[in-house]
Amino acid sequence: MWAFLQKLSSPKYFYTLAETLIPWLGWSCLLFMLAGLYYGLIVAPPDYQQGDSYRIMFIHVPAAWMSMLVYMVMALAGGISLIWRMKLAEVIAASSAPLGASFTVLALVTGALWGKPMWGTWWVWDARLTSELILLFLYLGVIALNSAIDDKRTASRASAVLALVGVVNIPIIHYSVTWWNTLHQGATVTKLGAPSIHLSMLIPLLLMAIAFKLYYGLTLLMQARCEILERERNTHWVLELVDNPR
Amino acid sequence: MYEFFQMGGYAFYVWTSYGLALIILLANLIIPLNRKRTLLRNLARKLKLRRQQHDHTDENP
Repeated sequence: MWAFLQKLSSPKYFYTLAETLIPWLGWSCLLFMLAGLYYGLIVAPPDYQQGDSYRIMFIHVPAAWMSMLVYMVMALAGGISLIWRMKLAEVIAASSAPLGASFTVLALVTGALWGKPMWGTWWVWDARLTSELILLFLYLGVIALNSAIDDKRTASRASAVLALVGVVNIPIIHYSVTWWNTLHQGATVTKLGAPSIHLSMLIPLLLMAIAFKLYYGLTLLMQARCEILERERNTHWVLELVDNPR
Repeated sequence: MYEFFQMGGYAFYVWTSYGLALIILLANLIIPLNRKRTLLRNLARKLKLRRQQHDHTDENP
């Protein structure tokens, strides 16, 4: 196990491993997404209160979950890179930031598009919405730090500290709907006890959630390969690769 | 079919959400593909330039 981890942490090994994993992740992501869209848009019945507008949930909820999951991955990778100076962890953290920011934007905008017809407003400064907006600013801060510092390894160390400090926001987002009286509804799936959502709506939601996770894996590997190429551009193996591109 | 696209009167909100999701998901696939192509092209150019300079100094010591 330790030997495998050590091998995995070599950028060159990871670069080739990612190449073989990418098609598998891509096709399985597409499969889950098509199934999720079919069950979510065609099979699932309209909601008895919200009509068809609730179908935004199948994008909104997976995107919001991913915005927090990607942040945890980014902060964890940042922590590992601070402690063990592991190059691959720096690559994972730097590649995750733009992806997490995308999921956060998607969650915020689909939330506004769902809020307008259901709550009568695009935006309110309630705890859930505000803490999710802060999450977006944290991502943007990490991206800005990464691009403002020329030396990639120094940049990674600085952004790792910011990412770790920002972890405090994650439980705030998750519990905001119980700690404060928010316009946003409470959790129906990620709570103790049985989910209070009908199976016909839970199935497409879970299918889309899996599809989003596979999509993150896919785009993370794609971004990480670019990041590795850029950071290792003076090494022997990259120059060899440039001679015989794959 | 018409009913499906109507989304019970919520067509604008539902389809804008799904459309935006499609755009964002596609963008995150296209960006790394472009980035990789540019990186490999720049590296190849630099390598070629370095070799040319190297050959040049060999010919005229």
